Amino acid sequence: MGHQTPLYNEHLALHAKIVDFAGWDMPIHYGSQVEEHHQVRRDAGMFDVSHMTIVDLRGLQVRAFLQHLIANNVDKLKQHQALYTCMLNAEGGVIDDLIVYFMDEEWFRMVVNAATREKDMAWINTQAAAFSVTVTERPELAMIAVQGPHARERVYEVLAGSDAHGRANVAGGRTPGATNDSLREQAAQLKPFYAAHAGGIFIGRTGYTGEDGFEILLPGKDAAAMWRALLGQGVKPIGLGARDTLRLEAGMNLYGTDMDETISPLECGLEWTVAWEPAARKFIGRDALEKQKAQGVARKLVGLVLEDKGVLRNHQKVIVEGIGAGEITSGSFAPTLGKAIALARVPAATGAHVAVDIRGTLHPARVVKPPFVRNNKSLI
Amino acid sequence: MSNIPKHLKYTKTHEWVEVQKDGTVTIGITDHAQDLLGDVVFIDVPQVGRELKAGEACAVVESVKAASDIYSPVAGKVTAVNGALTDQPELVNKDAYGTAWMLRLKPSNPPELNNLLDADAYASFIASEAH
Repeated sequence: MGHQTPLYNEHLALHAKIVDFAGWDMPIHYGSQVEEHHQVRRDAGMFDVSHMTIVDLRGLQVRAFLQHLIANNVDKLKQHQALYTCMLNAEGGVIDDLIVYFMDEEWFRMVVNAATREKDMAWINTQAAAFSVTVTERPELAMIAVQGPHARERVYEVLAGSDAHGRANVAGGRTPGATNDSLREQAAQLKPFYAAHAGGIFIGRTGYTGEDGFEILLPGKDAAAMWRALLGQGVKPIGLGARDTLRLEAGMNLYGTDMDETISPLECGLEWTVAWEPAARKFIGRDALEKQKAQGVARKLVGLVLEDKGVLRNHQKVIVEGIGAGEITSGSFAPTLGKAIALARVPAATGAHVAVDIRGTLHPARVVKPPFVRNNKSLI
Repeated sequence: MSNIPKHLKYTKTHEWVEVQKDGTVTIGITDHAQDLLGDVVFIDVPQVGRELKAGEACAVVESVKAASDIYSPVAGKVTAVNGALTDQPELVNKDAYGTAWMLRLKPSNPPELNNLLDADAYASFIASEAH
């Protein structure tokens, strides 16, 4: 038996199929992965992502620390804004990708991957030693991602009928003096990639699906009440299976699959997250990235759409005629498109067409620029 | 609990076999197999006329999760394949023993059919696999 989130019993009650994910017992689906995928694209679904690692960075030098630690630049952020970035090693390889929220001048909150928790924490703590910063993991917090075109309005309904700790008012009405109108109002004002917090609940307008929505961080003891209140608003539970097909359609990388410590952001489609300016900012990995860029990057991450029927899978070989070969890093059937799609690492000179080796037979695939789907619309 | 019709025969690789009056056999995958696979999105069936050995991989069922080989339960020649599955692979999840049949064979060595499991033996087998 692995670690269990505060919502584990909710998953069992909803007949989830539970699998091991990075040492956590997590729901892979609640019946049909494809139906769950469509539920998020068309209406609203929620994911228990409490296994993810939440880290608070506090202190006088937190900004300076992050300018050293991560490849993107927190100076781009306005207060309460979030930033997607890679955390690199000295060779420019990706230790992890993460989201960092700028809450105030002495408080930034990061969310890093569950599977990389131990090495991330060791790295962050080592790097933090030279700064006036405290690094605090927040394992007592649960995290629920509510995603889909109707996600935000469902969350507003729940906040209107809940107290300051996210406990749903069973009557559905408001409890004078105890309702979380403040958080509800703040949430309603949030622009994409901004966050608010009040009464112990943190809400970010972020996600990993290519749809609008929120990620809600709250005390684990209050998570089940929030989950049930969202269920009561018609938000359906979604497993990690659909989370993967949704993020792939959205063209979002998965750590450990599309990139790892041997791959730089320039080789996995994430150069846009590297803040080269100002040139004086010496973030970890900068020298290696500059050298790689000057020498020319040999490989790139592209999107593929299979022209034949069939399904693209991780590790299938990609043949680029006259140039060389590459490999699919994430491949799947894309439920929104009804086609197989993939992210693949291929030679930098790869053009518009490749072939994929599926069980010994070559099948043509078209090279596209991800994302494949945004807000339930095909972009390919 | 999986649905395991009494009148069919089964393999340990989760195919079902129905012997027809004309001596041909119809083959598909079991309810238990489709449940393990999850949403089926693509099926690759063999050419009509192909000669198969017993236990030979002859079709592929791809779900969102994974690709899975289908093995011919007995030796024989493919006499028909189910074209409906090309456009409606999800039939495998909805009607594994009916409209989602995959292929029909004319067995070249009919006594091999005696090696297949009956419903009770298959039920015991999947129960033992679960532990």
